[in-house]
Amino acid sequence: MAQSILAQEPQLRIEQAGNRVTAFLAGRWTAEHARKVEALAGEISSQADGHHLIIDLAGVQRLDTLGAWVLDRTRHEFGEKGLTSDFVNASQEQHILLNEVAYRGFQELPKVKRSRFVDFLVDIGQTVAEAGSDLVRGVAFLGELVSAFIRVIVHPRRFRGTALVNQLEQIAYRGVPIIVLISFLVGAIVAQQGIFQLVRFGATPFVVDLIGILVMRELGVLLTSIMVAGRSGSAFTAEIGSMKMREEIDALRVMGLDPIEVLILPRILALIVGLPLLTFLASIAALLGGGVTAWVYGDISPDVFLTRLRAAIGFNTFMVGLIKAPFMAMVIGIIATLEGLAVAGSAESLGRHVTSSVVKAIFMVIVLDGLFAMFFAAIRY
Amino acid sequence: MLERVPSAPTKDREVIIRVRDIEVGFGDKTILKGLDLDVYRGEILGFVGASGQGKSVLTRAILGLVPKRAGTIEVLGQNLDELSPAERRLMERHWGVLFQQGALFSALTVKQNVQVPMREHLDLSERLLEELAMLKIEMVGLKPDAADKLPSELSGGMIKRAALARALALDPDIVFLDEPTSGLDPIGAGDFDELIATLQRTLGLTVFMVTHDLDSLYTVCDRIAALGEGRILAEGPIEAMLASDHPWLRSYFHGKRARAAMAGGA
Repeated sequence: MAQSILAQEPQLRIEQAGNRVTAFLAGRWTAEHARKVEALAGEISSQADGHHLIIDLAGVQRLDTLGAWVLDRTRHEFGEKGLTSDFVNASQEQHILLNEVAYRGFQELPKVKRSRFVDFLVDIGQTVAEAGSDLVRGVAFLGELVSAFIRVIVHPRRFRGTALVNQLEQIAYRGVPIIVLISFLVGAIVAQQGIFQLVRFGATPFVVDLIGILVMRELGVLLTSIMVAGRSGSAFTAEIGSMKMREEIDALRVMGLDPIEVLILPRILALIVGLPLLTFLASIAALLGGGVTAWVYGDISPDVFLTRLRAAIGFNTFMVGLIKAPFMAMVIGIIATLEGLAVAGSAESLGRHVTSSVVKAIFMVIVLDGLFAMFFAAIRY
Repeated sequence: MLERVPSAPTKDREVIIRVRDIEVGFGDKTILKGLDLDVYRGEILGFVGASGQGKSVLTRAILGLVPKRAGTIEVLGQNLDELSPAERRLMERHWGVLFQQGALFSALTVKQNVQVPMREHLDLSERLLEELAMLKIEMVGLKPDAADKLPSELSGGMIKRAALARALALDPDIVFLDEPTSGLDPIGAGDFDELIATLQRTLGLTVFMVTHDLDSLYTVCDRIAALGEGRILAEGPIEAMLASDHPWLRSYFHGKRARAAMAGGA
C-alpha cells in the first residue's frame, strides 16, 4: 500500500487559449516527489510566461505543504510580474492549505562579510584572552575553595565525611589496579632501554640509579597525575556539568547549601589525599618493574638492586616526588570543577568541557612539573 | 475533515491505527494486557489515564520504542510486525512525534532540527529545504528569529512549538503528542490546543494526544480513550466519559478541576 502511494507521480498538462494558459495538475504533489514538483512548477512558469495563468487542481490526489508552497510560490511570481494567476477546482481542504501556506519571502538574515585572515586573528586573540581569564578564574576559585575549607574547619559538623570517603574510594582505591599496572610497565620499559644504552659503557649497574631517581622524582607522580586527570578529572567535569545542566546546583543553592562545600570540597580533598597515596604505589610498582627487567636483562639480582637503590636515592629523592602530588591534585581538581561549572545547555557543551578539562589538566600537570624541576634545581634539593 | 462532528458515527470511518489485544510488560510486571484501541482518520483522540498506568508505554509500543509481548498493531492498514526495514522507514515518514520534553537535538538550531527529518527522508533543493523549514516554524507560531536559536535559548512553550514543527516536518498523517500542554501556563496551553486544532484542519492530521489537561479534552478532542487496569476502560466523546460510572473516570471527570474545566469549556 505504501508503495502505491509513492507510485503516482505528479503530472502536468498545459493548454493554451489566447493569452490564457491553463495548467492541469494530476497525481500526488507531495514532498516525496519534491524534485519533480519543483521541476514541473518551473515548467509552468516558463511555458506560461507572459500569459495569464490558471492552475487546475481537479486531478490532484494529494497536496501537502510542500506542493502547496511550490504552487503558491509560482502564483506569487506571476503576481509580481503583473500577471494574474488563479487556482481552480481546489477541494475545500486544498483551499485551506493553500491559504494557510500563503507564499511569502522569508527575509534573509543579514550575512556578515568575513575575512578568513581577520577571523584567524580574532580566534588567536580570543584564545589568549580566554587563557588569561581562565587563570584569573582559577585563582579566584582557589580563594573560594580555601575560604570554604576554613569555614569547614571552623564548623566541622558541616564537613561531608561520607562524601570524602566515597570520593576517596572512587579516585584512589578504584584507580589502584590500572595505575599500578601502567607504572610497572613503564618502569620495566625504561629499565630495559637504560640497560641497552648503559651496557655499551660497561655501566649496566647504573640502571638502578637511573630508575630509582627517575621514578621517584618524576615518573611516578607524572604518570599518576596524568592517569588521575583522565580518570577522575573527566568524571568530575561530567558529574558537575550534568548537575549544572539539570539545575541541581541551583537546587542546592536555594536550599541554603553551598555547592562548593557539598560537591567540590570533598572531591578536591579526596584528590589531595588520594594522589600522594597513588603516587607512592605507582613509584613502588615502577621500581618493581625496573627491578624485574634489571634481573632479566641486566643480570642484576634483587639483593644487588636493593643495595644500589639504597645508595642511589635519599629521602629527599622520595620527597621530591611526593611533595608535588598534592599540588598536581589541586590543579586537576580546580580545572575539572571549573570546566564542569562552565557547562551550559547542550549535550555537546558537556562533551566539549569534559575534553578540555582533561586536556587542560594534563597540560597544567606537565607545566607544573617543569616548574617544580626548576625550583628543586635552584634550591639544590 | 473540516466539519468535525464529535459524535459522528465511527463505523464507516477509516481506522488509521488499530491496536488489538496488546500486552506489554517489563520483567515480571505486566503493564498493558488485552488492550484494544482504534484511532480514526482525521480525528483528535485524547488519551487519558492515571500516572503510571502506561499511557506513554502504549504510545511507545505503537512507535516501536518498547517491545510488546503479544498482540498486533496496524498503522495505515499495515501490520507493523510484518514490515521490512525499508517499509518500516517509509512508515516512519507517515508519523510525527512530539515528545514530552521536546527532545530537540540540543546541538542544532531550531531550523536545523526541523530540517533533520527532511534531509533524511526527502530529496529537496536547498532553497526548498530552507523555505519549508521556515514555513513549518511559522506555522507553529514561532517568530522567524527563533529559527536560528539553540533549544537551550528557548522557553518551555517555544520548545514545544519547535518540537511540533519538527514533528510536522514530513507532513505526517498521524501526529503523536505526549502531554503537549504540560509545563505551559494556561494561556499558553490554550493557544497550543488551538494551534493543534488549526493544524489538524489545515493538514488533515490524525492526532493521538496523551494528556492530563482537562481543558484540552473539552476543547479540542473529538474522542477520548481512558486507560486503566492495563486496558481501555472507556472510549467515546466527552459526554460518554461523563456518563461512565467507573470510579476512576467519575473522580477524573467530576472532580473539582473537571467542573472548572467544564464551566470554561462549555
